[in-house]
Amino acid sequence: MKFLCVTCDEAMKFVEAADAAQGDTFSAVFGCPRCGHRIALLANPWETRLVRSLGVTLGGRTVPREPLELVRESLAECRLLWTDEAERRLARVPEFVRPIVRESVERHARERGCREVTCEVMDEVRSKMGM
Amino acid sequence: MKTYRDIAGDGGSDISGQVASRAARMRERMASVANCLVVMSGKGGVGKSAVTANLAAALALRGRKVGVLDADINGPCMARMLGVEGQALKLGEGGVIPAEGPLGMKVVSMDLLLAREAAPVEWNAPAPPQPHIWRGALEAAAVQEFFTDTVWGKLDYLLVDLPPGPERFPGLYRLLPRCDGAIAVTIPSAVAQLTVMRSIASAHSLRVKLLGVVENMSSYLCQRCGAPQPLFRDEGDAGGQLLGASILGRIPFDPRIARCCDQGVPFVLAHRQTQAGRAFMDIAAQVGGLRVAQRGGH
Repeated sequence: MKFLCVTCDEAMKFVEAADAAQGDTFSAVFGCPRCGHRIALLANPWETRLVRSLGVTLGGRTVPREPLELVRESLAECRLLWTDEAERRLARVPEFVRPIVRESVERHARERGCREVTCEVMDEVRSKMGM
Repeated sequence: MKTYRDIAGDGGSDISGQVASRAARMRERMASVANCLVVMSGKGGVGKSAVTANLAAALALRGRKVGVLDADINGPCMARMLGVEGQALKLGEGGVIPAEGPLGMKVVSMDLLLAREAAPVEWNAPAPPQPHIWRGALEAAAVQEFFTDTVWGKLDYLLVDLPPGPERFPGLYRLLPRCDGAIAVTIPSAVAQLTVMRSIASAHSLRVKLLGVVENMSSYLCQRCGAPQPLFRDEGDAGGQLLGASILGRIPFDPRIARCCDQGVPFVLAHRQTQAGRAFMDIAAQVGGLRVAQRGGH
């Protein structure tokens, strides 16, 4: 998809994406490099999802890609992934309380909107519980 | 006024660059995988996934490093069959660390990502008039992400368990960074063979090396005399001849195969000395031999 400034007969350039990363819609601003005229491409949720499912980002990627990013953000009920380091740390917790700790940490991570469980998230839970 | 083709580039998104970058990441991931083989069936219910799981285990028993990628996004079952259900994928340096099953087999499957057992594979999405369009795109993207983001490490074999359906192979083939060969699974029924023939024809048209056909449930063992009897029909090796492909092996029906799948213990590990167990080992030997012959040995 390309945009043309009809007045200048000039290809418009991508300027910014207002809600590129997380929202269910997408707004991309394009501008004419000659006259400065700007337009915005507004994609509905269906179009946004379709483009994301192709694994590309309109306007180019501004944040580093996460592993299994699309699957994790698209699955309705996706398990939180733990980093290898966090899993090793959890493995040091006595086995009989491990499921409870896992659940508490994951609940905290979800409340915080974290996409993964890291040692930092575990530290936060520990401080919260006054341990 | 300029037209689409008069304008170079895409205004700054660099979509083609993003696609090329993903392809490069996939190639890089697969550099440590010696052989990437797809297991396909065409027809559902022929036991393709059970064959994949047991072939993987048989290869592992032969001392090979094996990984299994469950490309059946909607009906994942490899985690259960290979005994890694309940494990989770982990985030490590540079990607996702697969679950690890018996004999060090590495497994990536959608069911390792689902929040609870038996959760359906449902996607967060608006309700478009034709959901199958984006659903297909999401499934394809999921397979690509599994390839792009999994840290497989060094593998002798990566088996890709395809979803059933003769159209799935050509569709998914284009997403694979590499396909060194295909194995078709069928049962000795005309209906199953008709559909698997379509998959085989696709493999031929895509110039993918067909390693051979596994005829599953080829017979049952008579309870009285122990002799194999035809389970579906008595037409000898008609399956192989009909398909015009070499038969890699025939797996007799053994109810323990299904039980082992349910219990997460590959049948070939628990019952290696049975007829079916020996058949799986023989297929693994042939697959190993074919690949070794092609690549000049490990």
